[in-house]
Amino acid sequence: MKPAFRDLAPGGRRVGVTFDGRALQLPEGQNLAAALLAAGIGRFRDTPVSGAPRGPFCMMGACYDCLVLIDGCTRQACQTEVRDGLVIDTPRGPADA
Amino acid sequence: MHDLIVIGAGPAGMAAAREAAETGLSVLLLDEQRRAGGQIYRDVDRVAPLRGDLLGRDYTEGLALTRRLDHAAITHVAGAVVWQIETPLRVAYSIDDKAHVAKGRRLLIATGALERPMPLPGWTLPGVMSAGAAQILLKQSGIVAQRAVLAGSGPLLYLVAAQMLRAGTPPLALVETQSRADLARAMRHLPAALRGWRYLAKGMAMLAALKRAGVARHVGATGLAIEGQDRARALRFTAGGKSHRIEADTVLLHHGVVPNTQTARSMGLVHRWNAAQSCFAPTLDDWGRSSDPEVFIAGDGAGIGGARVAALAGQMAALQIAHDLGALSPARRDQAAAPLRRAMARERAARPFIDAAYPPHAPALLPEDDTIVCRCEEVTAGDIRRYAKMGCDGPNQTKAFGRPGMGPCQGRYCGLTVTQLLSEAHGRRPDETGYYRIRPPLKPVTLGEIAALELPKED
Repeated sequence: MKPAFRDLAPGGRRVGVTFDGRALQLPEGQNLAAALLAAGIGRFRDTPVSGAPRGPFCMMGACYDCLVLIDGCTRQACQTEVRDGLVIDTPRGPADA
Repeated sequence: MHDLIVIGAGPAGMAAAREAAETGLSVLLLDEQRRAGGQIYRDVDRVAPLRGDLLGRDYTEGLALTRRLDHAAITHVAGAVVWQIETPLRVAYSIDDKAHVAKGRRLLIATGALERPMPLPGWTLPGVMSAGAAQILLKQSGIVAQRAVLAGSGPLLYLVAAQMLRAGTPPLALVETQSRADLARAMRHLPAALRGWRYLAKGMAMLAALKRAGVARHVGATGLAIEGQDRARALRFTAGGKSHRIEADTVLLHHGVVPNTQTARSMGLVHRWNAAQSCFAPTLDDWGRSSDPEVFIAGDGAGIGGARVAALAGQMAALQIAHDLGALSPARRDQAAAPLRRAMARERAARPFIDAAYPPHAPALLPEDDTIVCRCEEVTAGDIRRYAKMGCDGPNQTKAFGRPGMGPCQGRYCGLTVTQLLSEAHGRRPDETGYYRIRPPLKPVTLGEIAALELPKED
């Protein structure tokens, strides 16, 4: 099956990050939400209310659905650039609220 | 102290900054993004050489605006997230977790538009995004959805579909909610719209290209729902008297854009309901001056007009601000404004036709009971109706009943829906129902940032 998103111009320098402990090589400086989608990750978090899965929705910093934990701090993935060594975790439902 | 502080480096903010700088004003341009352009021209300096052909001239013409930011009197501060504005004008913002405060004589809010929320069953699932989000992914990052359905109404759907087609990955289908009756009703606006023929010709050309490429198109679709448990799997709908189900990994929703009024509302500026565009817009004079005489608003945040109207409105506001501050005589202001007003009328000519031909999808304005309207707090339309029956009068009271609008997005994606649901329940007009009271901080800010804040000296 085809991945959900295709990178039109792969290439460029990649750096190592971890997502929920899994090692990924993402394009340095790219929008983090876009880079994760291109890497096949669509579920960014589970909501604090019901634990429902969520992913990026607006890509412009308004909807807050792409929240992830970066080095323990809640951030909007779509407002973050990929940097070497990012430790990214998914907020997992009510316990992480 | 800056003469003018502009919030937002999209077309309105960029054009205003340059116009003001040329009259001799000092301008501080604050923008949340790392590079100028706003959403319409997102990252255009970097991306135009890479994907300009694919994105088209309507995107690359943003280069003319970003180049003009290079002016000694303009300080463009990128990555600046504005979170509080006080009067006398003091704007608090953060860059990389460090807070700053700037003072100005005038403020221009150029924060643009948001996509109109389109609450449908399943719209919170991963894989469901706004069509604008797909466009941002394509513009900024060069990534494109492979098995996508576009659903809703409006010219942006055609533009996104055409760009996906040029990228070699056409959408599986266009599922449009506007009906032939809407088009028939729009025809009375057509003669006036012919002055804006460029917009109409562009739409027709995109539709023709999609048809040639064999992209399926359904019109007058009803009963839209997204299926899936852990992520979007398919879009269900009825069109032409038949039920359809299209399997897809990505469902892109769009039924118009609305002014992003968050910043203006946080200052308590007066807004009125715009029935033609089913949204609130700030009350402004011809120059873009708001109910606070020191605060102006230009661009889509003032009412939806598109990028070219936004740039012209930004220039108009800058001229009046320059006049306010003694940098421009009334005669010179009016002389400079006359051609801008003519251009604006021309650019706006097609708008009434487009608004009538592509109305919002009515069931997404007043969703069914089970549909989530507040994505953050997972409050449904049925919850809001229930609060209304229990005596809940207005949007601010609903917060006490069930927290809608109190999550991280601060009501940006449920505010209009909650106003419309309460208006329906109580048989009132949206202006009577009102809107959420928006309070700072407009974006999350840590206590550490506030504690470390150095305030400018009083003068």
